[in-house]
Amino acid sequence: MAGPAVLWEWIDERVNVRELLTPLMEKTVPRHRFSHWYLLGGVTLFLFGVQVCTGLLLLLYYRPSTTEAYESLRYITNRVEFGWLVRSLHSWSANLMIFMAFAHMFSVAFLRAYRKPRELTWISGMVLLFLCLGFGFSGYLLPWNTLSFFATKVGTEVAGRVPIVGHPTMVFLRGGEDIGSATLARFFSLHVVILPALTVGMVLLHLLLVQKFGMSVPPSVEKHRSRFGNEVRFFPNYFLRDVMAWSVAFAALLILATLYPAELGKKADPFASAPAGIKPEWYFLAQFQTLRLLPATILHLDGEVIGILGFGLAGAAWLGLPLLEARLGKNGGRWTRVAMLAGLVYLASMTLYAYLTT
Amino acid sequence: MVTRPVAAPAPTPTCDRSDVSAKTKSRRSLLRLLMGGSLAAVWTSLIYPMVRYLIPPAEASATTTETLAAAVGELKPNSAKTFRFGSHPALLVRLGNGEYRSMSAVCTHLGCTVQYQPDTQQVWCPCHNGRYDLTGRNIQGPPPRPLLTYDVKVHGEEIHVNRRQDA
Repeated sequence: MAGPAVLWEWIDERVNVRELLTPLMEKTVPRHRFSHWYLLGGVTLFLFGVQVCTGLLLLLYYRPSTTEAYESLRYITNRVEFGWLVRSLHSWSANLMIFMAFAHMFSVAFLRAYRKPRELTWISGMVLLFLCLGFGFSGYLLPWNTLSFFATKVGTEVAGRVPIVGHPTMVFLRGGEDIGSATLARFFSLHVVILPALTVGMVLLHLLLVQKFGMSVPPSVEKHRSRFGNEVRFFPNYFLRDVMAWSVAFAALLILATLYPAELGKKADPFASAPAGIKPEWYFLAQFQTLRLLPATILHLDGEVIGILGFGLAGAAWLGLPLLEARLGKNGGRWTRVAMLAGLVYLASMTLYAYLTT
Repeated sequence: MVTRPVAAPAPTPTCDRSDVSAKTKSRRSLLRLLMGGSLAAVWTSLIYPMVRYLIPPAEASATTTETLAAAVGELKPNSAKTFRFGSHPALLVRLGNGEYRSMSAVCTHLGCTVQYQPDTQQVWCPCHNGRYDLTGRNIQGPPPRPLLTYDVKVHGEEIHVNRRQDA
């Protein structure tokens, strides 16, 4: 026997890997006209892997202090061999990961895969999406440039406007009243230790639940199950499709990172004016545009407080979608589909509006 | 064969089962209470310092009442500069007629740093498109309150900005 085979036999004799892998080998995936949507979760996970690898590489040179952060990134970009590529991959992969997470979420929502008994799978997935946004928000400050400074200033101020708990939350996030070294240190530890640890735990739970319940078949397909009843084995058949999707995602990532490298911008100056045309990353644009459009006061309350509470309520309702739908009874599905479509149209139009007006 | 009379079975001691179970139950619940209480005490004594640790200590910030904002002649008419006033940015504007105005540069909407727009002669927040006039009054967009304004005094070649007594 060749070396690797001997090693495999040696390990298998002791750990019985074959038995451990049995559930994966026996797993099947339903095949129907919507089954390609199942690939999106895997692509999101793959991009998270890219984030971990490129993030570890950036950690070798990055220095988390207000006097050194920007300079260390300039050093990575200009002096370290392929530093620009690693940084670009990290930046583009972050954007693609969040895009894929949103696409995965909407596909699950429209195919109604969140229905009983998969409520916890939906909730764990939503927690993962919030963690992804947390990664985006905390990582954005780390280059310590003008854009990141004002994005963090506004973002933490938004948290600060929540009635009662807002101000302590803002001070906790900033490490004080203002944004400075303490904020950068907190965001750095959040970005590289706390959020990754929480995400790994949540991903394992999410995958365990997906494994336990199997892939959901949309109601429209379930009706004609006899016609579409065929399944494919997860390993190797469906796994190979997953690998194909990852390869396409990786190719797109490489093209974007090479042709449009991440910019560094100007170093943050806490006492300079915000530059004209400032706007957040695309995934916060809808909220940004809403805050721009809300009047100063609504019903004797500050307009932004109403907006922030509205976002909070919408987020909570979206998180509890399967439970809300079940409470609505027979017509629940129809109502949630209308609400989902309205939400999607709102997000897309506000994002477009922000792009056109800033 | 001699048969020996079988002794009648000794009467079993009467025992009220419900009584025992009630006693056990109350003993169990007492133990549970003690165990739960000590666990809660241990966790509280661990978590409380951690939570306190996470809250940053309040900085004793000395309130700056006056600062040097610019030198005379530094600003052309209808222009402005941002300067540091204590721990926050502030704005010094020189109007077209040569008069100086000063105000906080922290937008009352969501804390962005505002800037002076010479073409509109207004103070503008680029983050959410809020506008203020040169008295600091919020006149357009989402800012809910006016900007804090300061007094400007020219001492020889220096322009000083003072926090107002009522502010």
